[in-house]
Amino acid sequence: MSTHYTATAKALHWVIAVLIFGMLGLGFYMTGLDLSPTKLQLFSWHKWVGVSVFVLVVARLAWRVTHRPPALPQHMAPIERLAAHAGHHLLYVLMFAIPLSGWLMSSAKGFQTVWFGVLPLPDLLAKDKALGDLLQTVHVTLNYLLIAVLLGHIGAALKHHYFDKDDVMTRMLPRRGD
Amino acid sequence: MKRFAIALFSTLALATSAAQAVEYNQVQADKSQIAFGYQQMGVSMDGSFKTFSSQLRFDPAAPEAASAAIEVELASVDTGSAEGDEEVARKTWFNTPDFPKARFESTGVRALGGNQYEVAGKLTIKGTTRDVVVPATFTPQGDTGVFEGSLTIQRGDFSIGEGAWKAFDIVVNDVVIKFRITAAAK
Repeated sequence: MSTHYTATAKALHWVIAVLIFGMLGLGFYMTGLDLSPTKLQLFSWHKWVGVSVFVLVVARLAWRVTHRPPALPQHMAPIERLAAHAGHHLLYVLMFAIPLSGWLMSSAKGFQTVWFGVLPLPDLLAKDKALGDLLQTVHVTLNYLLIAVLLGHIGAALKHHYFDKDDVMTRMLPRRGD
Repeated sequence: MKRFAIALFSTLALATSAAQAVEYNQVQADKSQIAFGYQQMGVSMDGSFKTFSSQLRFDPAAPEAASAAIEVELASVDTGSAEGDEEVARKTWFNTPDFPKARFESTGVRALGGNQYEVAGKLTIKGTTRDVVVPATFTPQGDTGVFEGSLTIQRGDFSIGEGAWKAFDIVVNDVVIKFRITAAAK
């Protein structure tokens, strides 16, 4: 059995990782701007990339359920295994819920999402200011939760590499021949 | 019999003259809307104005004698977000402190047949006046009538969106103004 993730799983992991960090930065930056053409442009880009991340996460999950990842190291205690599984489940849930909440928020606020300015996504919610504000709170709160889970994810990977000295982090890194 | 004929004739005459005198001129503000639509980075946006006043006179039997004047309170704009409402009041957009109202005044009405009309007039926004021709329909509904139509203007013609907003790559130049005005007959 392979000790590495498949090249596809790695590619999806790192592309999504880069996009998520970019989106977190962009999201916090753009919401602080005064209204300007630049702000409208950044919001549109944020929404386009958000939809793209959602599509990539669907692909990622489809790949994950059809390709068993390498097993966890033997030394891990049951509680650590549980934490690892819970953390990854939460990451998948958030990677779905965050773009979804952004899309619904846009609909409720009356700003339809048109992917890359070409493909209009249906508005699942009618324009409703109160609901839009609520969904904005949901979107922001889920992102704070994501940041917390990501810190745990990165911290755990580094712990595995530097303290446990196992291959949990390196098996997700690109290698020659992938 | 003769008396009956006279009575019938005078009733008919009365009915006919009454029909001719139907003039829709009592605008019902609560059943009237002025809205607008535009595109922003490929996304269709819409908004409306909550406050406007209008005077109109329209007799279906004599449309060429009709007239309309509409004044829109630009500060009553609803763009869908508080941030947007504040922005369009500024100097670069409507400059509502200096130009609080937009005005349309008809100069002539032409019947196109059926319920279709063409209303020529002068549209003034932000100190700029342009001649426009507004296609409109008229639909009688009981003792009221509904005037509906839309007009596409170019925001650049009226300096709506200056400075950073002057380019049309983010917010396009075309703005569709849609109206629905209900008026009762006197």
